[in-house]
Amino acid sequence: MSGLATIDPRVRLLATGGFALVVVGLGQPPALLAALALAVLAAVAARVRPGPTLRRLAALDGFMVFVLVLLPFSVPGEPVVTLAGHGASSEGLWRAADILLKSNAVALMVLALLGALEPVDLGHALARLRLPERFVLLFLFTVRSIALLGREYHRLRQAMRARGFIMRCDRHSWQSLGYLFGMMMVRSLDRSERTLAAMRCRGFTGRFPSLIEPRPVAARDHAFAALFLAAGLILIILEHP
Amino acid sequence: MSELLFRLTGLGFAYRGAAPVLADAAFELRRGERVAVVGANGAGKTTLLHIMVGLVRPQAGSIEAFGALRQVEKDFIEVRARAGLLFQDPDDQLFCPTVAEDVAFGPLNLGRTPAEARTIVGRTLAMLGLEALAGRITHTLSGGERRLVSLAAVLAMEPEVLLLDEASNALDDATRERLIGILTALPQAMVVISHDEDFLARITRRRVRLAGGKLAAEPVSAL
Repeated sequence: MSGLATIDPRVRLLATGGFALVVVGLGQPPALLAALALAVLAAVAARVRPGPTLRRLAALDGFMVFVLVLLPFSVPGEPVVTLAGHGASSEGLWRAADILLKSNAVALMVLALLGALEPVDLGHALARLRLPERFVLLFLFTVRSIALLGREYHRLRQAMRARGFIMRCDRHSWQSLGYLFGMMMVRSLDRSERTLAAMRCRGFTGRFPSLIEPRPVAARDHAFAALFLAAGLILIILEHP
Repeated sequence: MSELLFRLTGLGFAYRGAAPVLADAAFELRRGERVAVVGANGAGKTTLLHIMVGLVRPQAGSIEAFGALRQVEKDFIEVRARAGLLFQDPDDQLFCPTVAEDVAFGPLNLGRTPAEARTIVGRTLAMLGLEALAGRITHTLSGGERRLVSLAAVLAMEPEVLLLDEASNALDDATRERLIGILTALPQAMVVISHDEDFLARITRRRVRLAGGKLAAEPVSAL
Protein backbone atom coordinates (compact mmCIF):
# COMPACT_ATOMS: atom_id res chain seq x y z
CA MET A 1 0.00 0.00 0.00
CA SER A 2 1.39 3.37 -0.94
CA GLY A 3 1.11 6.54 1.12
CA LEU A 4 -1.45 7.81 -1.37
CA ALA A 5 -3.90 5.11 -0.31
CA THR A 6 -4.17 6.65 3.14
CA ILE A 7 -5.34 10.01 1.77
CA ASP A 8 -9.06 10.70 2.22
CA PRO A 9 -10.90 9.74 -1.02
CA ARG A 10 -12.70 13.11 -0.96
CA VAL A 11 -9.38 14.95 -1.13
CA ARG A 12 -8.21 12.65 -3.91
CA LEU A 13 -11.41 13.30 -5.86
CA LEU A 14 -11.11 17.07 -5.50
CA ALA A 15 -7.39 17.00 -6.34
CA THR A 16 -8.06 14.99 -9.49
CA GLY A 17 -10.89 17.29 -10.52
CA GLY A 18 -8.80 20.40 -9.88
CA PHE A 19 -5.88 18.96 -11.81
CA ALA A 20 -8.11 18.13 -14.79
CA LEU A 21 -9.56 21.65 -14.83
CA VAL A 22 -6.12 23.29 -14.78
CA VAL A 23 -4.69 20.94 -17.43
CA VAL A 24 -7.58 21.51 -19.82
CA GLY A 25 -6.86 25.23 -19.66
CA LEU A 26 -3.14 24.87 -20.50
CA GLY A 27 -1.74 25.55 -23.97
CA GLN A 28 2.03 26.08 -23.66
CA PRO A 29 4.25 23.04 -24.38
CA PRO A 30 6.37 23.39 -21.19
CA ALA A 31 3.26 23.58 -19.02
CA LEU A 32 1.70 20.54 -20.73
CA LEU A 33 4.90 18.51 -20.41
CA ALA A 34 5.09 19.48 -16.74
CA ALA A 35 1.49 18.35 -16.27
CA LEU A 36 2.28 14.97 -17.81
CA ALA A 37 5.40 14.73 -15.63
CA LEU A 38 3.26 15.45 -12.55
CA ALA A 39 0.83 12.70 -13.52
CA VAL A 40 3.70 10.24 -14.02
CA LEU A 41 5.08 11.26 -10.63
CA ALA A 42 1.68 10.65 -9.01
CA ALA A 43 1.42 7.28 -10.75
CA VAL A 44 4.84 6.28 -9.43
CA ALA A 45 3.91 7.48 -5.93
CA ALA A 46 0.66 5.51 -6.10
CA ARG A 47 2.65 2.44 -7.24
CA VAL A 48 0.22 1.61 -10.02
CA ARG A 49 1.14 -1.51 -11.94
CA PRO A 50 2.76 -0.30 -15.19
CA GLY A 51 1.35 -3.04 -17.48
CA PRO A 52 -2.39 -2.59 -16.89
CA THR A 53 -2.03 1.18 -16.61
CA LEU A 54 -0.31 1.48 -19.98
CA ARG A 55 -2.94 -0.81 -21.51
CA ARG A 56 -5.70 1.48 -20.22
CA LEU A 57 -3.94 4.56 -21.58
CA ALA A 58 -3.44 2.79 -24.91
CA ALA A 59 -7.18 2.04 -25.01
CA LEU A 60 -7.89 5.74 -24.52
CA ASP A 61 -5.41 6.75 -27.22
CA GLY A 62 -6.77 4.11 -29.57
CA PHE A 63 -10.19 5.67 -29.12
CA MET A 64 -8.80 9.04 -30.27
CA VAL A 65 -6.45 7.81 -32.95
CA PHE A 66 -8.57 8.94 -35.90
CA VAL A 67 -8.98 12.44 -34.58
CA LEU A 68 -5.26 12.67 -33.90
CA VAL A 69 -4.30 11.43 -37.37
CA LEU A 70 -6.80 13.66 -39.18
CA LEU A 71 -6.10 16.87 -37.26
CA PRO A 72 -2.79 17.78 -38.97
CA PHE A 73 -4.51 17.50 -42.35
CA SER A 74 -7.71 19.32 -41.42
CA VAL A 75 -6.30 22.33 -39.52
CA PRO A 76 -5.20 25.03 -41.99
CA GLY A 77 -1.65 26.35 -41.73
CA GLU A 78 1.96 25.98 -42.84
CA PRO A 79 2.40 22.47 -44.38
CA VAL A 80 5.25 20.45 -42.86
CA VAL A 81 4.86 17.18 -44.74
CA THR A 82 2.80 16.43 -47.80
CA LEU A 83 1.03 13.09 -48.11
CA ALA A 84 -0.86 12.14 -51.28
CA GLY A 85 -1.31 15.78 -52.17
CA HIS A 86 -2.51 16.82 -48.70
CA GLY A 87 -0.32 18.93 -46.48
CA ALA A 88 -0.03 18.27 -42.76
CA SER A 89 0.13 21.66 -41.08
CA SER A 90 2.38 22.37 -38.13
CA GLU A 91 -0.61 23.98 -36.38
CA GLY A 92 -2.56 20.74 -36.82
CA LEU A 93 0.34 18.64 -35.59
CA TRP A 94 0.66 20.81 -32.54
CA ARG A 95 -3.10 20.63 -31.90
CA ALA A 96 -2.91 16.81 -32.00
CA ALA A 97 0.06 16.75 -29.63
CA ASP A 98 -1.77 19.15 -27.33
CA ILE A 99 -4.82 16.86 -27.10
CA LEU A 100 -2.64 13.77 -26.66
CA LEU A 101 -0.67 15.35 -23.80
CA LYS A 102 -3.73 16.70 -22.01
CA SER A 103 -5.81 13.55 -22.21
CA ASN A 104 -2.98 11.27 -21.11
CA ALA A 105 -1.97 13.54 -18.24
CA VAL A 106 -5.55 13.66 -16.91
CA ALA A 107 -6.23 9.96 -17.48
CA LEU A 108 -2.98 8.98 -15.78
CA MET A 109 -3.80 11.21 -12.81
CA VAL A 110 -7.26 9.64 -12.52
CA LEU A 111 -5.73 6.16 -12.59
CA ALA A 112 -3.09 7.16 -10.03
CA LEU A 113 -5.38 8.86 -7.51
CA LEU A 114 -8.71 7.09 -8.02
CA GLY A 115 -7.82 3.84 -9.81
CA ALA A 116 -7.18 1.86 -6.63
CA LEU A 117 -10.31 3.16 -4.91
CA GLU A 118 -13.08 0.59 -4.25
CA PRO A 119 -16.23 1.73 -6.08
CA VAL A 120 -18.00 1.70 -2.70
CA ASP A 121 -15.46 4.10 -1.18
CA LEU A 122 -15.77 6.29 -4.25
CA GLY A 123 -19.55 6.37 -3.77
CA HIS A 124 -19.22 7.26 -0.10
CA ALA A 125 -16.70 9.98 -0.92
CA LEU A 126 -19.13 11.44 -3.46
CA ALA A 127 -21.89 11.38 -0.83
CA ARG A 128 -19.64 13.12 1.69
CA LEU A 129 -18.93 15.78 -0.93
CA ARG A 130 -22.69 16.45 -0.87
CA LEU A 131 -23.42 15.16 -4.33
CA PRO A 132 -27.17 14.54 -4.81
CA GLU A 133 -28.17 11.42 -2.88
CA ARG A 134 -30.02 9.95 -5.85
CA PHE A 135 -26.92 10.14 -8.01
CA VAL A 136 -24.78 8.41 -5.38
CA LEU A 137 -27.38 5.67 -4.81
CA LEU A 138 -27.72 5.10 -8.54
CA PHE A 139 -23.95 4.72 -8.71
CA LEU A 140 -23.83 2.28 -5.78
CA PHE A 141 -26.78 0.25 -7.10
CA THR A 142 -25.02 0.04 -10.46
CA VAL A 143 -21.87 -1.30 -8.83
CA ARG A 144 -23.90 -3.92 -6.99
CA SER A 145 -25.90 -4.86 -10.10
CA ILE A 146 -22.79 -5.25 -12.23
CA ALA A 147 -21.45 -7.77 -9.71
CA LEU A 148 -24.77 -9.66 -9.69
CA LEU A 149 -25.08 -9.58 -13.48
CA GLY A 150 -21.50 -10.79 -13.78
CA ARG A 151 -22.17 -13.70 -11.47
CA GLU A 152 -25.40 -14.56 -13.24
CA TYR A 153 -23.65 -14.40 -16.62
CA HIS A 154 -20.87 -16.72 -15.44
CA ARG A 155 -23.35 -19.19 -13.95
CA LEU A 156 -25.33 -19.36 -17.18
CA ARG A 157 -22.20 -19.54 -19.34
CA GLN A 158 -20.86 -22.37 -17.19
CA ALA A 159 -24.17 -24.20 -17.45
CA MET A 160 -24.00 -23.76 -21.23
CA ARG A 161 -20.44 -25.05 -21.34
CA ALA A 162 -21.42 -28.01 -19.18
CA ARG A 163 -23.80 -28.99 -21.97
CA GLY A 164 -21.09 -28.78 -24.58
CA PHE A 165 -21.58 -25.21 -25.85
CA ILE A 166 -18.61 -23.82 -27.76
CA MET A 167 -18.76 -20.31 -29.18
CA ARG A 168 -18.57 -20.54 -32.97
CA CYS A 169 -19.48 -18.11 -35.65
CA ASP A 170 -22.71 -19.85 -36.59
CA ARG A 171 -26.42 -19.36 -36.22
CA HIS A 172 -26.74 -21.70 -33.25
CA SER A 173 -24.04 -19.88 -31.28
CA TRP A 174 -25.48 -16.44 -31.90
CA GLN A 175 -28.97 -17.60 -31.12
CA SER A 176 -27.80 -19.20 -27.87
CA LEU A 177 -25.97 -16.02 -26.89
CA GLY A 178 -29.14 -14.09 -27.68
CA TYR A 179 -31.07 -16.39 -25.35
CA LEU A 180 -28.38 -15.92 -22.70
CA PHE A 181 -28.66 -12.13 -22.76
CA GLY A 182 -32.44 -12.26 -23.00
CA MET A 183 -32.55 -14.57 -19.99
CA MET A 184 -30.24 -12.26 -18.07
CA MET A 185 -32.59 -9.34 -18.76
CA VAL A 186 -35.64 -11.26 -17.61
CA ARG A 187 -33.89 -12.53 -14.50
CA SER A 188 -32.58 -9.06 -13.65
CA LEU A 189 -36.09 -7.69 -13.86
CA ASP A 190 -37.35 -10.48 -11.59
CA ARG A 191 -34.49 -9.92 -9.23
CA SER A 192 -35.08 -6.19 -9.06
CA GLU A 193 -38.69 -6.91 -8.09
CA ARG A 194 -37.58 -9.37 -5.40
CA THR A 195 -35.01 -6.87 -4.13
CA LEU A 196 -37.67 -4.18 -3.89
CA ALA A 197 -39.93 -6.64 -2.03
CA ALA A 198 -37.09 -7.42 0.40
CA MET A 199 -36.53 -3.69 0.89
CA ARG A 200 -40.21 -3.15 1.62
CA CYS A 201 -40.04 -5.99 4.18
CA ARG A 202 -37.43 -3.99 5.99
CA GLY A 203 -39.56 -0.88 6.14
CA PHE A 204 -38.55 0.85 2.90
CA THR A 205 -41.15 3.44 1.92
CA GLY A 206 -39.27 5.33 -0.79
CA ARG A 207 -36.83 7.36 1.23
CA PHE A 208 -33.28 6.22 1.75
CA PRO A 209 -31.73 6.47 5.17
CA SER A 210 -28.02 7.05 5.25
CA LEU A 211 -25.30 5.76 7.52
CA ILE A 212 -22.84 8.14 5.94
CA GLU A 213 -21.71 10.74 8.41
CA PRO A 214 -19.25 13.55 7.90
CA ARG A 215 -15.68 12.50 8.59
CA PRO A 216 -13.01 14.98 9.67
CA VAL A 217 -10.16 15.64 7.27
CA ALA A 218 -6.75 14.68 8.71
CA ALA A 219 -3.60 16.82 8.71
CA ARG A 220 -2.13 14.41 6.16
CA ASP A 221 -5.02 15.23 3.82
CA HIS A 222 -4.43 18.98 4.25
CA ALA A 223 -0.76 18.51 3.38
CA PHE A 224 -1.71 16.52 0.28
CA ALA A 225 -4.20 19.19 -0.80
CA ALA A 226 -1.58 21.94 -0.28
CA LEU A 227 0.90 19.97 -2.40
CA PHE A 228 -1.63 19.73 -5.20
CA LEU A 229 -2.51 23.39 -4.97
CA ALA A 230 1.20 24.25 -5.29
CA ALA A 231 1.55 21.93 -8.30
CA GLY A 232 -1.47 23.58 -9.92
CA LEU A 233 0.03 27.03 -9.35
CA ILE A 234 3.33 25.97 -10.90
CA LEU A 235 1.46 24.75 -13.99
CA ILE A 236 -0.38 28.07 -14.24
CA ILE A 237 2.88 30.03 -13.85
CA LEU A 238 4.50 27.92 -16.59
CA GLU A 239 1.52 28.72 -18.80
CA HIS A 240 1.82 32.50 -18.27
CA PRO A 241 5.58 33.20 -18.01
CA MET B 1 -53.59 -20.12 25.13
CA SER B 2 -50.96 -17.56 24.16
CA GLU B 3 -51.62 -14.41 22.13
CA LEU B 4 -52.72 -14.78 18.52
CA LEU B 5 -50.24 -13.14 16.12
CA PHE B 6 -51.60 -14.12 12.71
CA ARG B 7 -54.97 -15.39 11.59
CA LEU B 8 -55.50 -16.01 7.88
CA THR B 9 -58.94 -17.20 6.81
CA GLY B 10 -60.50 -18.20 3.53
CA LEU B 11 -57.37 -17.34 1.53
CA GLY B 12 -57.60 -17.73 -2.21
CA PHE B 13 -54.80 -16.99 -4.64
CA ALA B 14 -53.91 -17.95 -8.20
CA TYR B 15 -51.10 -16.70 -10.40
CA ARG B 16 -52.37 -15.44 -13.72
CA GLY B 17 -53.27 -18.23 -16.04
CA ALA B 18 -52.46 -20.99 -13.55
CA ALA B 19 -54.37 -23.24 -11.20
CA PRO B 20 -54.97 -21.68 -7.76
CA VAL B 21 -52.18 -22.28 -5.22
CA LEU B 22 -54.42 -21.31 -2.30
CA ALA B 23 -58.14 -22.09 -2.12
CA ASP B 24 -59.97 -21.38 1.11
CA ALA B 25 -56.78 -21.86 3.09
CA ALA B 26 -56.61 -21.00 6.79
CA PHE B 27 -53.64 -20.54 9.09
CA GLU B 28 -53.00 -19.34 12.64
CA LEU B 29 -49.83 -18.46 14.47
CA ARG B 30 -49.55 -17.80 18.19
CA ARG B 31 -46.75 -16.24 20.20
CA GLY B 32 -43.94 -18.69 20.87
CA GLU B 33 -45.08 -21.19 18.22
CA ARG B 34 -42.69 -22.66 15.68
CA VAL B 35 -44.53 -24.03 12.70
CA ALA B 36 -43.19 -25.97 9.74
CA VAL B 37 -44.94 -25.49 6.41
CA VAL B 38 -44.28 -28.42 4.08
CA GLY B 39 -45.54 -29.18 0.61
CA ALA B 40 -44.44 -29.95 -2.92
CA ASN B 41 -42.48 -27.52 -5.06
CA GLY B 42 -44.82 -24.87 -6.38
CA ALA B 43 -47.49 -25.69 -3.77
CA GLY B 44 -47.62 -22.03 -2.73
CA LYS B 45 -45.51 -22.04 0.45
CA THR B 46 -43.52 -18.92 -0.50
CA THR B 47 -46.72 -17.23 -1.67
CA LEU B 48 -48.22 -17.87 1.77
CA LEU B 49 -45.32 -16.08 3.50
CA HIS B 50 -45.51 -13.21 1.01
CA ILE B 51 -49.25 -12.89 1.67
CA MET B 52 -48.58 -12.72 5.43
CA VAL B 53 -46.44 -9.59 5.01
CA GLY B 54 -48.52 -8.07 2.23
CA LEU B 55 -46.07 -8.46 -0.66
CA VAL B 56 -48.77 -10.41 -2.45
CA ARG B 57 -52.48 -9.60 -2.03
CA PRO B 58 -54.79 -12.62 -1.90
CA GLN B 59 -57.77 -12.62 -4.24
CA ALA B 60 -60.00 -13.86 -1.42
CA GLY B 61 -59.85 -14.11 2.34
CA SER B 62 -58.75 -11.93 5.21
CA ILE B 63 -55.49 -11.34 7.05
CA GLU B 64 -55.43 -10.46 10.72
CA ALA B 65 -51.99 -9.68 12.08
CA PHE B 66 -51.00 -8.45 15.53
CA GLY B 67 -54.58 -7.86 16.52
CA ALA B 68 -55.78 -5.89 13.49
CA LEU B 69 -57.26 -6.59 10.09
CA ARG B 70 -54.70 -5.80 7.35
CA GLN B 71 -55.93 -4.85 3.91
CA VAL B 72 -53.95 -2.09 2.18
CA GLU B 73 -50.25 -1.35 1.73
CA LYS B 74 -50.26 1.09 4.66
CA ASP B 75 -51.50 -1.62 7.06
CA PHE B 76 -48.66 -3.91 6.11
CA ILE B 77 -45.81 -1.50 6.79
CA GLU B 78 -46.21 -2.21 10.51
CA VAL B 79 -46.64 -5.95 9.87
CA ARG B 80 -43.33 -6.10 8.00
CA ALA B 81 -41.54 -4.44 10.89
CA ARG B 82 -42.94 -7.00 13.34
CA ALA B 83 -42.69 -10.10 11.13
CA GLY B 84 -39.27 -10.45 9.51
CA LEU B 85 -39.18 -12.37 6.23
CA LEU B 86 -35.96 -14.13 5.29
CA PHE B 87 -35.88 -14.51 1.51
CA GLN B 88 -34.97 -17.71 -0.28
CA ASP B 89 -32.03 -16.10 -2.07
CA PRO B 90 -29.87 -13.87 0.17
CA ASP B 91 -28.74 -12.00 -2.95
CA ASP B 92 -32.25 -10.59 -3.26
CA GLN B 93 -31.97 -9.20 0.22
CA LEU B 94 -28.44 -7.83 0.40
CA PHE B 95 -28.27 -4.75 -1.77
CA CYS B 96 -26.20 -2.29 0.24
CA PRO B 97 -22.49 -2.03 -0.48
CA THR B 98 -21.28 -3.07 2.97
CA VAL B 99 -22.56 -5.54 5.56
CA ALA B 100 -22.95 -2.84 8.23
CA GLU B 101 -25.02 -0.65 5.91
CA ASP B 102 -27.22 -3.54 4.92
CA VAL B 103 -27.92 -4.56 8.50
CA ALA B 104 -28.59 -0.90 9.36
CA PHE B 105 -31.07 -0.45 6.49
CA GLY B 106 -34.09 -1.82 8.41
CA PRO B 107 -33.47 0.02 11.71
CA LEU B 108 -32.90 3.30 9.83
CA ASN B 109 -36.17 2.79 7.96
CA LEU B 110 -37.86 2.30 11.32
CA GLY B 111 -36.67 5.75 12.32
CA ARG B 112 -33.57 4.98 14.37
CA THR B 113 -30.74 7.53 14.27
CA PRO B 114 -27.46 6.51 12.60
CA ALA B 115 -25.85 6.20 16.04
CA GLU B 116 -28.62 3.92 17.31
CA ALA B 117 -28.51 1.93 14.09
CA ARG B 118 -24.78 1.46 14.51
CA THR B 119 -25.34 0.12 18.03
CA ILE B 120 -28.01 -2.29 16.76
CA VAL B 121 -25.70 -3.42 13.93
CA GLY B 122 -22.91 -4.12 16.42
CA ARG B 123 -25.21 -5.98 18.78
CA THR B 124 -26.89 -8.06 16.06
CA LEU B 125 -23.65 -9.02 14.34
CA ALA B 126 -22.12 -9.92 17.71
CA MET B 127 -25.14 -12.08 18.57
CA LEU B 128 -24.58 -14.09 15.39
CA GLY B 129 -20.79 -14.08 15.72
CA LEU B 130 -20.38 -12.01 12.56
CA GLU B 131 -18.55 -8.95 13.97
CA ALA B 132 -15.61 -9.57 11.64
CA LEU B 133 -17.81 -9.09 8.57
CA ALA B 134 -19.11 -5.59 9.42
CA GLY B 135 -16.92 -3.73 6.94
CA ARG B 136 -17.02 -6.34 4.19
CA ILE B 137 -18.51 -5.66 0.76
CA THR B 138 -21.70 -7.73 0.51
CA HIS B 139 -21.08 -9.13 -2.95
CA THR B 140 -17.73 -10.62 -1.91
CA LEU B 141 -19.27 -12.72 0.89
CA SER B 142 -19.47 -16.52 0.60
CA GLY B 143 -22.87 -18.22 0.28
CA GLY B 144 -22.96 -19.15 3.96
CA GLU B 145 -21.87 -15.70 5.09
CA ARG B 146 -24.54 -14.15 2.89
CA ARG B 147 -27.23 -16.30 4.48
CA LEU B 148 -26.16 -15.36 8.02
CA VAL B 149 -25.81 -11.66 7.15
CA SER B 150 -29.29 -11.62 5.59
CA LEU B 151 -30.61 -13.17 8.83
CA ALA B 152 -28.79 -10.47 10.80
CA ALA B 153 -30.43 -7.85 8.58
CA VAL B 154 -33.87 -9.23 9.47
CA LEU B 155 -33.09 -9.64 13.19
CA ALA B 156 -31.80 -6.05 13.37
CA MET B 157 -35.42 -4.94 13.02
CA GLU B 158 -36.18 -6.82 16.26
CA PRO B 159 -39.21 -8.64 14.84
CA GLU B 160 -41.65 -10.69 16.94
CA VAL B 161 -42.09 -13.28 14.21
CA LEU B 162 -39.59 -14.82 11.81
CA LEU B 163 -40.70 -16.15 8.43
CA LEU B 164 -37.95 -18.37 7.03
CA ASP B 165 -38.08 -19.36 3.36
CA GLU B 166 -35.74 -22.31 2.75
CA ALA B 167 -33.15 -20.87 5.09
CA SER B 168 -30.95 -23.98 5.19
CA ASN B 169 -30.64 -24.32 1.40
CA ALA B 170 -27.16 -24.74 -0.03
CA LEU B 171 -25.37 -24.38 3.30
CA ASP B 172 -22.42 -26.53 4.30
CA ASP B 173 -22.78 -28.66 7.45
CA ALA B 174 -20.89 -26.26 9.70
CA THR B 175 -22.89 -23.20 8.61
CA ARG B 176 -26.13 -25.18 8.77
CA GLU B 177 -25.37 -26.26 12.37
CA ARG B 178 -24.51 -22.68 13.21
CA LEU B 179 -27.82 -21.47 11.76
CA ILE B 180 -29.77 -24.13 13.69
CA GLY B 181 -27.95 -23.12 16.89
CA ILE B 182 -28.84 -19.45 16.34
CA LEU B 183 -32.48 -20.16 15.47
CA THR B 184 -33.17 -22.50 18.42
CA ALA B 185 -31.80 -19.86 20.79
CA LEU B 186 -34.10 -17.12 19.44
CA PRO B 187 -37.34 -16.28 21.28
CA GLN B 188 -39.40 -15.35 18.17
CA ALA B 189 -42.37 -17.28 16.85
CA MET B 190 -41.41 -18.82 13.50
CA VAL B 191 -42.94 -20.08 10.31
CA VAL B 192 -40.39 -22.28 8.57
CA ILE B 193 -40.50 -23.47 4.97
CA SER B 194 -38.00 -26.19 4.19
CA HIS B 195 -37.52 -29.55 2.53
CA ASP B 196 -34.80 -30.36 5.03
CA GLU B 197 -36.48 -32.80 7.47
CA ASP B 198 -33.73 -32.66 10.08
CA PHE B 199 -33.74 -28.85 10.02
CA LEU B 200 -37.53 -28.81 10.53
CA ALA B 201 -37.42 -31.42 13.29
CA ARG B 202 -34.86 -29.46 15.26
CA ILE B 203 -36.49 -26.05 14.96
CA THR B 204 -40.25 -26.51 14.75
CA ARG B 205 -42.80 -28.07 17.10
CA ARG B 206 -45.87 -28.15 14.85
CA ARG B 207 -46.33 -28.70 11.17
CA VAL B 208 -48.88 -28.01 8.46
CA ARG B 209 -48.97 -29.36 4.94
CA LEU B 210 -49.95 -27.19 2.00
CA ALA B 211 -51.58 -29.32 -0.68
CA GLY B 212 -54.39 -28.68 -3.11
CA GLY B 213 -54.61 -25.07 -1.96
CA LYS B 214 -55.42 -26.05 1.65
CA LEU B 215 -53.37 -26.07 4.82
CA ALA B 216 -53.86 -29.11 7.03
CA ALA B 217 -52.27 -29.93 10.37
CA GLU B 218 -49.96 -32.90 10.22
CA PRO B 219 -48.80 -34.84 13.28
CA VAL B 220 -45.12 -34.27 13.99
CA SER B 221 -44.78 -37.98 14.81
CA ALA B 222 -45.25 -38.62 11.08
CA LEU B 223 -41.62 -37.57 10.61
